[in-house]
Amino acid sequence: MLDFPRWKILSIFGVLLLGVLLAVPSLMPDHTARALGLGGMPRINLGLDLAGGSHILLEADTADVAKTRVAAMEDSVRDSMHAMQPAIDIGDISTADGALSFFVRDPARVDAAVEKIRTLTAPVGSTGTRDWDVKVVDSTRIVLTPTQGGINQFVDQAMKGATDIVRKRIDALGTKEPTIVRQGSDRILVQVPGLQDPAKLKALIGKTAKLEFKLVDTQADPQKVAAGQAPIGDQILRYQNGAPIAVKRRAIITGTDLAKAAQDYDGQTNEPVVSITFGSKGARAFAEVTQQNVGKPFAIVLDNVVLSAPSINEPILGGAARINGNFTVDSAQQLAISLQSGALPIALKTVEERTVGPGLGADSIHAGVVASAIAVALVVAFMLVTYGRFGVYANLAVILNIFVILAAMALLNATLTLPGIAGFVLTIGTAVDANVLINERIREERRRGRNVVQAVELGYKEASRTIFEANVTHAIAGTIMLLLGSGPVKGFAVVLLLGIVTSVFTAVTFTRMLVALWLKRHRPQAIHI
Amino acid sequence: MRLLKIVPDNTNIGFVRLRGIAFAVTLLLSLASVGLVAARGLNLGVDFVGGLLIEAKFPTAAPLDAVRERIDGLDVGEASLQSFDPTTISIRLPLPRSTDEGANNALVAKVEGALSQSFPGVRYNRVETVSGKVSDELIWKGVLAVFLAIAGIALFGVFRFEWQFGVSTFVSILHDVLMTLGFFALTRLEFDLNIVAAVLTIVGYSINDKIVIDDRIRENLRKYRQMPIGELIDLSVNETLPRTVMTSLTILLALVSLLLFGGHVLRGFTAAMILGVIVGTYSSIYVSSSLLISLGIDKSRFKQVAAASDSRKAARANAERIAPKR
Repeated sequence: MLDFPRWKILSIFGVLLLGVLLAVPSLMPDHTARALGLGGMPRINLGLDLAGGSHILLEADTADVAKTRVAAMEDSVRDSMHAMQPAIDIGDISTADGALSFFVRDPARVDAAVEKIRTLTAPVGSTGTRDWDVKVVDSTRIVLTPTQGGINQFVDQAMKGATDIVRKRIDALGTKEPTIVRQGSDRILVQVPGLQDPAKLKALIGKTAKLEFKLVDTQADPQKVAAGQAPIGDQILRYQNGAPIAVKRRAIITGTDLAKAAQDYDGQTNEPVVSITFGSKGARAFAEVTQQNVGKPFAIVLDNVVLSAPSINEPILGGAARINGNFTVDSAQQLAISLQSGALPIALKTVEERTVGPGLGADSIHAGVVASAIAVALVVAFMLVTYGRFGVYANLAVILNIFVILAAMALLNATLTLPGIAGFVLTIGTAVDANVLINERIREERRRGRNVVQAVELGYKEASRTIFEANVTHAIAGTIMLLLGSGPVKGFAVVLLLGIVTSVFTAVTFTRMLVALWLKRHRPQAIHI
Repeated sequence: MRLLKIVPDNTNIGFVRLRGIAFAVTLLLSLASVGLVAARGLNLGVDFVGGLLIEAKFPTAAPLDAVRERIDGLDVGEASLQSFDPTTISIRLPLPRSTDEGANNALVAKVEGALSQSFPGVRYNRVETVSGKVSDELIWKGVLAVFLAIAGIALFGVFRFEWQFGVSTFVSILHDVLMTLGFFALTRLEFDLNIVAAVLTIVGYSINDKIVIDDRIRENLRKYRQMPIGELIDLSVNETLPRTVMTSLTILLALVSLLLFGGHVLRGFTAAMILGVIVGTYSSIYVSSSLLISLGIDKSRFKQVAAASDSRKAARANAERIAPKR
């Protein structure tokens, strides 16, 4: 018991010193640390509930994915049937109930049609299933249903793209250290520290930003348009104010052909607008269509809403255009960012949002620090009056433990949340439990008449087993919280788990060394405990 | 300096004798908790029922009635207002009926707009919106977490000790969790994600307590083979009583400072923890150890283990004695 080799003493002090040093940068404000040249040292991140900021969970509309897929398939089927030699005549196309079904007019060509359509489907994974299920019903009707595997695959691809686009859009805002991670199969978690206006953020990242230019069908019967009946090849869209307009289904050009988008001002009215420039391929297509349709109007459609429908006064050859749509400077800027980053391949909606203002965060930190300091003071005083010298050792251990936990958190790049601070306060309470166990055991062994060294030795030995078992159960609870808990609860679990590990070192190993050194030096016949 | 001894030396309280009464009280309180939760329900926070929460801080004393009137006039569903400190009001609203993605945003904007207009200088400390789907998942995850924690720890008890220890621990933990739920049903304090963390911590803490006592019972089973089990349990509980009381008091000291100075966000969490520590200490002393008698412990199993470890201990003691002194 008394035998503590020098290397052991040195390494224990070494670890503690390292702990204190590593904890220091996290205890001072960011700019102070950088001014002192400690900017490169690992620091604890503050959670959004302490630093202020927004936590937004976006979820993809997977039903919408199936719908878009069916619509896209309809186009490819039409094209491929038309391209057959000779063309296969199809009709009565329906996209209801998440499936595409149509009728082949010439029964003799059903097999040829099915064979062609099979080439439009693709395998999913390595299981031999395909992304579409092709069936013939009533010998002349072909039904295509997307398989679950096909939908999953498409969602997965779309989510990859969407995550990138969300990242681009947030980067364009220039906020500090945003976190954008995909969660599960259909969710994206966005965390932006220190943002003041979550509504703006959500508007920006949730906007699909599908831009299309479509020719307006000027021949459509206004009465039918008002009733929502579209002529063949047309569709009815609405302006922002709800007024209907008939446009050609096929887009002249879409946002994917964009090279650049920026907020600008209209030369005449000085209104905010979004100026866009197409890439060379898009510019050529645009030039061609505008040359052929001078004098006719075309609709600028954003997410299926018509922003405006200007007339083509002259062919637009340079590939540059302006979008007018009653913008404010802010909303024009947002649209420019959204367009520049590309359209979201899948619609996203906010299913969870937690925003904390910087004021509340600062209040929470302040309250947490005050509560911790008072808790430490109370516990320290209590231990002191109960165990005397042994209480002093326990107190040293508790205070060092706080530093060591902070250091471990900094090294792990962990995040401190408000419940995490509660975890600290709780750890202060539980960490002394190990010392209470040990000290009570020493008292007991003294009462049984053992000499000082024996009593201390037995106290540490017998208590260590109990401490181990108690810590394992605590760790089980902590691990479950870490695995199943969300944000703030995770922060609590991290502190709790680290506290369990570090308290074994500080409360058992470190205090044991202090006691041993004291006993060896003074060889007391009696101890006051 | 005389040191403080909260529990005097050689305390010998007959806990086991009281176990009939203790069981009755425990059962009654547990049933009352279940009844309370069933009848009144828990005041579930937005985490678990979905909805919106806006916490507004006013430059002067918060005009609670005026704010209530203003929000009731907005036709945004039934609002529930709560004031934590003189200048802060938290406003809870149900989810908008429309599931449209913009509906939540619009609702937040509507409320904030109206408040900013009527009460210039108001700031928004916190905004939370949780959709029904996410809140369902959070409930499911929370229940799963508590269940897994209890099961995992009870299982550890079975492997590490005997099955009787596992069962007695499981029963008393269940009691602790029920009491906490009953407390929340009674006080109508908001039950949110943080409270689930508190419940898990209570589970961990309470088991900690029980393990210390169980460990001592096991040790004494080996030491005093002839002692009747009731007496032995009393001895073990009394021997560990100073530690049980000391630890509970230090943790309570820490928690009370958190309750008083830690700010309103953590208040529910801390209240749950404080109750849990008290209930957990009670159940360690009165429920789990006494239950061991009813379950019956096979003392013969400890004799074998004891003999083996005794001989090992003896060997180690000799080894220490012959080691050269420095």
